[in-house]
Amino acid sequence: MTRDWGLSGTATIGGALLFDSIQLTLAPGWTCLLGASGAGKSTVLRLLAGLPSGASFDGQINRPDRIGWMAQRDLLQPRLTVAQNVMLLGHLAGRRPDPARADALLAAVGLDGFAARRPDTLSGGQRQRVALARTLMEDAPLILLDEPFSALDPATRATMQDLAFTCLQGRRVLMVTHDPVEALRLGNRVQLLHNHRLTDVALPDLTPPRDPALPEMAQAAAALLAQLRGQ
Amino acid sequence: MSRIWGFLAVLALWQLAVSLHFLPIFVLPSPLGVLSALHNNAALLLTNGLITGAEVAAGLLLGLALGIASAIALLLLPALRPILQPVLTASQAVPVFVLAPVLTIWFGYGPAPKIAMTVLLVYFPVASGFLDGLLATPTADLDLALIAKAGRWRSFRWLRLPHALPHLAAALRIAVTYAPTGAVIGEWVGASQGLGYLMLMANARSRVDLMFAALLGIVALTLILQRATDHLLRRFGL
Repeated sequence: MTRDWGLSGTATIGGALLFDSIQLTLAPGWTCLLGASGAGKSTVLRLLAGLPSGASFDGQINRPDRIGWMAQRDLLQPRLTVAQNVMLLGHLAGRRPDPARADALLAAVGLDGFAARRPDTLSGGQRQRVALARTLMEDAPLILLDEPFSALDPATRATMQDLAFTCLQGRRVLMVTHDPVEALRLGNRVQLLHNHRLTDVALPDLTPPRDPALPEMAQAAAALLAQLRGQ
Repeated sequence: MSRIWGFLAVLALWQLAVSLHFLPIFVLPSPLGVLSALHNNAALLLTNGLITGAEVAAGLLLGLALGIASAIALLLLPALRPILQPVLTASQAVPVFVLAPVLTIWFGYGPAPKIAMTVLLVYFPVASGFLDGLLATPTADLDLALIAKAGRWRSFRWLRLPHALPHLAAALRIAVTYAPTGAVIGEWVGASQGLGYLMLMANARSRVDLMFAALLGIVALTLILQRATDHLLRRFGL
């Protein structure tokens, strides 16, 4: 815990530069990594998670032993029950399953009594709740989120953002997103990956989760969108 | 119930065709003739049906076990995959029936070549279908195994196997319909018992009604196997 988790270095993909000597340090709270498609934000996340990224990386990565991972797809296994899905990473790691904790986490994400259900009986939002419970089950100090809410409808997305923010309090979270409003809503820090570089985005002076209806939020979102479009 | 009317219509036309002497009785027996052949040779048909059934069951179980084992072996030994996977795929295009005489030379006239024929018919679709399913597990799902630092066995048990089971079930459903045909062809090439043998024997004696009765036995065996497999797979939600 004495070390700062994060990534610093340069990555190329197929000989082309992806990002150039960036330094990303993950302080407590939410760091949102924003960028256009193909900017390399998913590569940053996969490198941090120790997953194959297809990029060649030259630099340093510091990560804790245990990581929480949530992807764009919920990755629920259709032939396992909801409870088995919540305990999936424990099963994969060969740890003894803890159904009582799985039930408690399901209740915490608002799915009390869903333990025996199959994923195909759930709605998109409910499925992403199960994925959140599965991530929480690991009790990891660092949580990596790869656009986890981008496939949800706007109302469900806002609910899930609030729920994730509440449930992941006290951990270091890195969320990759291409949605400026989402980044502004949740980020204690927002980093923009653009033109192979990382830049710190100035944030409205409010505590997250910030209300996107406030005028300063709309202004910040508009400014961020302009930056994303390279203006 | 409406399905029955189709069958009855065919049977009625058949009986009519025979009654009106469109075809001589030694070419096409009447349905009632086949029915009485079934009745008069019930014990004979049952004994030989059980023998063919046992060959089919042995071939199915052996072919299934070998197919599953091969798929798992090829999953765990990626070095062998580029060599053996094309063979597995190409073998599906080979009509393995043509091997029946060869199998009889190799394994003699007992049940072994019939079982071997059935094994060949079951093995290739099962091995190839199951391996396809195991390899087609989405990489995003397999990321979870890497996050959890799971070894090959646990990622197989919790991610690849559940993903491949529907593929295995589909392959088995196909294999089961071919299996009895495999055993019967094995019997045609050389046998002293079984429904295929009974067909040839009836043929040599111009007992077309008995031939048809044996044929019905093979159809019944196939349908029973198909239904039983379907029932079993459904119980596992497949």
